[in-house]
Amino acid sequence: MATDQAKIGYDRGLKCRDRDVDAGDLFSRAKMAGLKAGLGALLILAMAFIALPVASLFLKSPLDAIIRSLHDPMVTDALRLSLMTSTLTTATVVAMGTPIAYVHARFQYPGKELADSLLDLPVIMPPAVAGIALLMAFGRMGFLGHYLNALGFSIAFTTMAVIFAQVFVSSPFYIRQARTSFEDVDLSLENAARTLGASRTYTFFHVTIPLALNGLISGAIMAFARSLGEFGATIMFAGNLQGRTQTMPLAIYTAMQGDLDVSLCLALILVIISFLVIVLVKLLTRQVYKNAPN
Amino acid sequence: MLQTDVRKKLRDFDLEVSLSVDDGEILLLVGDNGCGKTTVLNLIAGLMDPDAGLIHQSGRALFDSDLNVNVPPEARNIGYVFQNYALFPHMSVYDNVAFGLKARKIPASEVDFMVKDRLEAAGLWEIRKARASSISGGQKQRVALARALIIEPEVLLLDEPLSALDVRKQDAVRRELRETIHQCRVPSIIVTHDLRNVACIGDRASLLEMGRITLSGPAEDAMDWGRGALAEDSARSQFY
Repeated sequence: MATDQAKIGYDRGLKCRDRDVDAGDLFSRAKMAGLKAGLGALLILAMAFIALPVASLFLKSPLDAIIRSLHDPMVTDALRLSLMTSTLTTATVVAMGTPIAYVHARFQYPGKELADSLLDLPVIMPPAVAGIALLMAFGRMGFLGHYLNALGFSIAFTTMAVIFAQVFVSSPFYIRQARTSFEDVDLSLENAARTLGASRTYTFFHVTIPLALNGLISGAIMAFARSLGEFGATIMFAGNLQGRTQTMPLAIYTAMQGDLDVSLCLALILVIISFLVIVLVKLLTRQVYKNAPN
Repeated sequence: MLQTDVRKKLRDFDLEVSLSVDDGEILLLVGDNGCGKTTVLNLIAGLMDPDAGLIHQSGRALFDSDLNVNVPPEARNIGYVFQNYALFPHMSVYDNVAFGLKARKIPASEVDFMVKDRLEAAGLWEIRKARASSISGGQKQRVALARALIIEPEVLLLDEPLSALDVRKQDAVRRELRETIHQCRVPSIIVTHDLRNVACIGDRASLLEMGRITLSGPAEDAMDWGRGALAEDSARSQFY
């Protein structure tokens, strides 16, 4: 009898617990569904926030006016200057940044942390501050510019100043990516090459560079994109002279005060280039994982 | 003959190793992980610099702190098979084996002839176009050995050559490895943490503990080290 009662009590207890479990389960499922819905809404909101202005650029641009603007000297000059300076900037950043990135990936030296922080500084420095800093260094009355001017070299407010400003702001993008790519190359591969009779230089060009190549190209593309979009440092240090220092972002700003169609045309070209850059970087990053050693 | 007497301060202990290996002799360097075995190979190969000492090969100084000689790794002509084989993943099997010859600026036709000969001898000709990253562990081991031997090294160093292999394949590879190394007739050092794996390959064995060689003797006797005076020493007996 006592055993039966105990059994009934036990069964009831189980049922109660089952009910508790069911209730708890339902609650956690509802919580999860709510969380998913919230995250979904947040994602849609974020996408709309970015996509809406970009889509509006296309939707609000009259096609015939855009095509007409493509022949505007302001557009062609800015496009030519931007592509030319960004290409030269990228070449400079790659040529100077690759050895620096390799040294930082492989060697230790006194003051490396300080050098590292200094190389990253332009990423967080406001572009206008970068521009005025460049002016104080290389301007006619600047720290170094004063001497250069005495020797007959003038940098500020020339096409060279555009390149200086672009190198200043875009170099960290390449150096950081290149350093990570070099760090990812297994050191034992370089060591194996050395024991096989390859010099440091031969090893660098035949083992290290090919294995880091996709990452280096991604970094160069990012630096190119950053140079193409550079505005603040350029307008402060190089000015806004059509054909000489007026790059595409500066031309958009100038055209906004007169002909909106020209501004829209330049903006569309920059959006298309930016989109292509993202696609290229994504493709190359995927390739990096494919080529990675086992 | 390879003569090594080096000292190097490491993070946990001071490495002090003195060893000599005759031409055609295979020395097994046995020890627990972290006892300095790979460091000894790296010092001989020139990938690390000793604090002091000497490394001489057939009377030629590769490193000598008294004479201020330190030959860079690319000029030492040492064949080194790394533990993970260190095959270049972006190259084919053919290009991996040809790498050392191309780095020495040997004419392309000669490279082609030598690589073909070496790949055929190692049974790798069929997979010459395969990416080094896509072949099996046994094939990787043979490619790494072929790559190290094609440069006709004066010393051969092998770091745990069987550790990355399937246990079932180890026996066949062991026999093949002994035969190939003996054909080279150069001083060879095989590093291992598991003596059972390579005992039959070596001529002599040395036990490395905390950067110092504590026991040396014929390789066939090395298996008895653990059963004799060292049987109660668990730190040592784990190698056998």
